[in-house]
Amino acid sequence: MSIVNTFFNLDVLVRSLPLLLQGLWRTILLGALSIALGLVGGLALALVRLYAPRWLRWLAVAYIDVFRALPVLVWLVIVYYAFPFLGVSLSPFASACLALATVSSAYTAEIYRAGIEAIPRGQFEAAQSVGLRPFDVMRDVVLPQAIRIVIPPLTNNSINVMKDTALASVVALPDLLKQATQAQALAANPTPLIGAAVLYLLILLPLVRLVARFEKRYQGRAR
Amino acid sequence: MSTIPNPIIRMRGVGRRFGTFEALRNVDLDVAAGEVVVLLGPSGSGKSTLIRCINHLEEYDSGDVFVGGVRVERGPNLLKVRQQTGMVFQSFNLFPNQTVLDNVALGPVRVKGLTWEAARTKARTLLERVGIASQAEKYPGQLSGGQQQRVGIARALAMEPRILLFDEPTSALDPEMVGEVLQVIRSLAHSGVTMVLVTHEMGFARQVADRIVFMEAGEIREVSTPDVFFSATTNERARAFLDAVLNH
Repeated sequence: MSIVNTFFNLDVLVRSLPLLLQGLWRTILLGALSIALGLVGGLALALVRLYAPRWLRWLAVAYIDVFRALPVLVWLVIVYYAFPFLGVSLSPFASACLALATVSSAYTAEIYRAGIEAIPRGQFEAAQSVGLRPFDVMRDVVLPQAIRIVIPPLTNNSINVMKDTALASVVALPDLLKQATQAQALAANPTPLIGAAVLYLLILLPLVRLVARFEKRYQGRAR
Repeated sequence: MSTIPNPIIRMRGVGRRFGTFEALRNVDLDVAAGEVVVLLGPSGSGKSTLIRCINHLEEYDSGDVFVGGVRVERGPNLLKVRQQTGMVFQSFNLFPNQTVLDNVALGPVRVKGLTWEAARTKARTLLERVGIASQAEKYPGQLSGGQQQRVGIARALAMEPRILLFDEPTSALDPEMVGEVLQVIRSLAHSGVTMVLVTHEMGFARQVADRIVFMEAGEIREVSTPDVFFSATTNERARAFLDAVLNH
């Protein structure tokens, strides 16, 4: 009985729900924006890494390696607490979004690259022999096929970004986790934390299932 | 070697190395507009490399290749060269993400600036010409090899090229599908378009070729008319090659 009252206190949950939903909304917004920016930035990085002049290629490789090695939390704390010393003061939301998107783009760049490299050379040659410009070769022939291949790993990466949004509570962003700890302090009861965990699961479990479905579907179609 | 005035393709001293392997050695070749030239020779003799140098899918290390008077090289002129040269590949290389119709329409839309509607109308006509209009809405993966290769030919024709390059167009086909593809190619020969073909179909080569170019070890060893080549070649290597392919 006391365990139920402590961790699954319905009264506390109902009272903290508005706070939690506010946090959830902010978490979804932060996650979606970071994922979108990471997907776009990663594609640009992958193309630079594969086709740009050599010095730019090296820059892309350096960026990708550094942001894959750097812990997200460390990078986030630097953006929020160290950048102001350079005269760049970002809001908690902007800091978190920047930190998550920069790291995510490093990962997605590698995913896109693998996808592009999996496209047979004959596809590039056929497109070139028709006289298509490099941009059209990518847009019409290579990327539609490459992105199809990498949808499962890209979705996987998106799940990771969504989970990493919880780190934003460290820079005082009132996201789902921050609101939950707030509500827990107010109610002197940990039920809101359990509520937050359930909300995280509610948005992420379907995505995890989706990846499994994708993987099955595309496996059957491997050429 | 014979020099043709105003050739549409001119190759002079063309060489290509892969590491220590010389795929092409000092190749000179002129092709006149409207001419059908068939490249023959044992595998590894450089036929495919030669044909791929014409539209710069393969970079050559030495010499010069001109198409319509324009040097084939990396740079702004290359797109122009490629717009004048259609290519048909051994493994078809159709775009699996697009319908058959759009495979053919894509080039005219992106390169010639046609609307999709106009390009698809044109593509339909071409698909009719190669006998597969009924497959227009399907995806390449749903077609047989012979049908796919005919789409490949329609795709090349859609750009209205002055030159068609065929790189072993029937080598990846099941035997029963070779005929339908050769039939289409035969109908294009002597239609005014210049053709350079790499093939192992000897009877076909003899029928369609204005000239046979025999290659071995990266070099052109003989250039002659089909009649001379198939019945009266004096070149020892060509003789040996013909004996090997005709009497197996």
